[in-house]
Amino acid sequence: MDLTTVWFLLIAVLWAGYFLLEGFDFGVGILLPFVGRDDRSRRLAINTIGPVWDGNEVWLLVAGGATFAAFPEWYATLFSGFFLPLLIILVSLIVRGVAFEYRGKRAGATWKKRWDVAIFVGSLLPAILWGVAFGNILRGVPIDANHEYVGGFVNLLNPYALLGGLTTLALCTLHGAVFLALKTDGPMREQAGQIAETMALVSVPIAAAFLVWTGITHGDGWGIALSAAAAIALVTAIPLTRARREGWAFAATGATLLLAVAALFVTLFPDVMPSTLGAAYSLTVHNASSTPYTLKVMTWVAVFFTPIVLSYQGWTYWIFRKRLTLSDIPA
Amino acid sequence: MDALDLSRWQFGITTVYHFIFVPITIGLSALVAGLQTAWVRTGKEHYLRATKFWGKLFLINFAIGVVTGIVQEFQFGMNWSNYSRFVGDVFGAPLAMEGLLAFFLESTFLGLWIFGWDRLPKRVHLATIWTASIGTMLSAYFILAANSWMQHPVGWRMGAGRAELTSIGAVLTQKTTLVTVPHTLTACFLTAGALLLAVSAWHLRKGHQEEVFRPSLRLGAWVVLIAGLGVLITGDVQARVMTEQQPMKMAAAEALYETTGSASFSVFTIGSLDGKEEVWSVRIPSLLSFMATGGPSGTVEGINDLQAESEQKYGPGDYTPIVPVTYWSFRLMIGFGGLAMLVALLTLWSNRGERRPKGRWLWIAGVTTVAMPLLANSFGWIFTEMGRQPWTVFGLFKTAGSGSPSVSTGEAATGLIVLTVLYGILAVIEVGLFLKYAGAGAPEIPAPTDEADRPLAFAY
Repeated sequence: MDLTTVWFLLIAVLWAGYFLLEGFDFGVGILLPFVGRDDRSRRLAINTIGPVWDGNEVWLLVAGGATFAAFPEWYATLFSGFFLPLLIILVSLIVRGVAFEYRGKRAGATWKKRWDVAIFVGSLLPAILWGVAFGNILRGVPIDANHEYVGGFVNLLNPYALLGGLTTLALCTLHGAVFLALKTDGPMREQAGQIAETMALVSVPIAAAFLVWTGITHGDGWGIALSAAAAIALVTAIPLTRARREGWAFAATGATLLLAVAALFVTLFPDVMPSTLGAAYSLTVHNASSTPYTLKVMTWVAVFFTPIVLSYQGWTYWIFRKRLTLSDIPA
Repeated sequence: MDALDLSRWQFGITTVYHFIFVPITIGLSALVAGLQTAWVRTGKEHYLRATKFWGKLFLINFAIGVVTGIVQEFQFGMNWSNYSRFVGDVFGAPLAMEGLLAFFLESTFLGLWIFGWDRLPKRVHLATIWTASIGTMLSAYFILAANSWMQHPVGWRMGAGRAELTSIGAVLTQKTTLVTVPHTLTACFLTAGALLLAVSAWHLRKGHQEEVFRPSLRLGAWVVLIAGLGVLITGDVQARVMTEQQPMKMAAAEALYETTGSASFSVFTIGSLDGKEEVWSVRIPSLLSFMATGGPSGTVEGINDLQAESEQKYGPGDYTPIVPVTYWSFRLMIGFGGLAMLVALLTLWSNRGERRPKGRWLWIAGVTTVAMPLLANSFGWIFTEMGRQPWTVFGLFKTAGSGSPSVSTGEAATGLIVLTVLYGILAVIEVGLFLKYAGAGAPEIPAPTDEADRPLAFAY
């Protein structure tokens, strides 16, 4: 396989890992106002993701860095073209990250309430905007002969991309609810289970609409097959959440996200950012990539270190595998 | 101001802001790891209390260091897309390695450290903070390798309109990287040492918790001195490498317009506004020649000759950085670093054995030490980045052509304003929390309770 294809796949894997992992911690952040009746229960919810959210976020940083290294043209066009949405995402991630760390550092109710809002908004906006961004990438954006995005901000707010945003929002929320139910016991487990049940039902029509729209406009065999698999995984989540089989339900929502990202990238290939101004202007794995030498270096680095990263991150999840209850949270 | 100017301000503000927190993170993680090691080995409770106390201050800082790091990575693509297109093949590799090899390590193991107090065996838990600390240093290494390439591009060739990597080994092991990394890392330790010194001085002046803060004061002062010495030595080597690779930066650092043999170093100069004429100065004979070449009579090239040389080499244009900025940032970097070392020396002297300083002035000086390395670090970055202008990649690619054509002035202004306001708000919150926790002193360690019904020692 061509190294450019390998790196296209690796970047897909990084995004898939990002949505799988940060997907549920966004979901927990979004659900914070709904599952936390008092400070202690909100702390319970936050602590389910406490040890892992920071490591999850690194998947984004590595996806960004890998894109810069392997597909500099893609990185440059995408990040400068989507300037304002990325700015909103950056601000969200900043206030969210600080909020986790600072929320408990003072006792006042107002203090905590403000940081709770920061966690909620900081989780909500990226969960939507990543979907909008990928919706636009799939749909194609106006890119000129110099690989510059010429569409402005309003262009990004089209119905298809917004539906993409709604889809990632629904999926992250569902994924987070299932995770909360999986990681807690007692009333919060029950409450999160009920939300998961509802969200599973809500997600299906939204995701189905997005997938069908994608299938119609970009229909290609593998993309449709993977979309269908994602849809099946999502539908499977409904009875599993209803039966409160949290582990299996989490596997199902996780598979949904993984398959959806896979579908997205397969549909895109060999483009990385199609242009609506003419196919000749599209960024592809070939015209956006680094030289074979750089790709070779990066491949060795990835081959050697990815398994190490996966094993210690996996170990973290194993260490903190115990379900939490209110009695674990100091008064 | 156009989008490019606004992007430059954003980059400068973000970088300086990010680098207030990063050195504390790098230095303090290792010092906390050292204190925890002392506790694990000796079992003495005051080490555990010190670990928890400094650990808390470390985490308050770490949070902002991490989130501003995301801006650093994103703004290359957002504000500097032409630069990214030109250098991505070379510059992206160390950046991606930083993510894969360092960011994962520090954030994952820090999560394990924060939440693992009750879950991990003592020694494994100790290993987590060391691993996180090593991660922060690896991170520094890779990003400084990338920056060093901008200062002195190696291991590349000109491809179709862009720089292409020919040797990753050259990029990762070039001289510039190898002198910059120890200079920056020792500066990080200097910063963390000064923090220990300052906070301990504050408590000791009030007679608080001598058992925790007296050892911390000494540790901090020793770290400042030893690291300071390291900063000096590495800085000296770096100055020579810089003179060789970027003579213009050295000339601008000294506002030296005419090529001179046996050049003196001006400690302080009052001159005309454009820096071209000197009104009054304090000078140390031959020091500049020594710094630049390693000998007292070495010839140091002046700005005028270098400007003419550059025009010949790169075509017409202004190749002189803003001289007052480089001149003063260079002096303030050295001055504030030296001042911190001086206070550390006085602190050690007046606290030797069982002694205490007589007056309160030394305590006050001790408390202010915290600011000195932070200022020195900021001026150091301002010097090294501003001194490279007009280039983003020295001799290869200009700042003027590095911006994002698709980003409008309005967008760039929005980015600059939003981020600056956010940084300002976060700074106020951070300082407030920092003072609260620094002022609260080291926590008492509760007596061990029954394993089964103990709540977890959560940080959140």
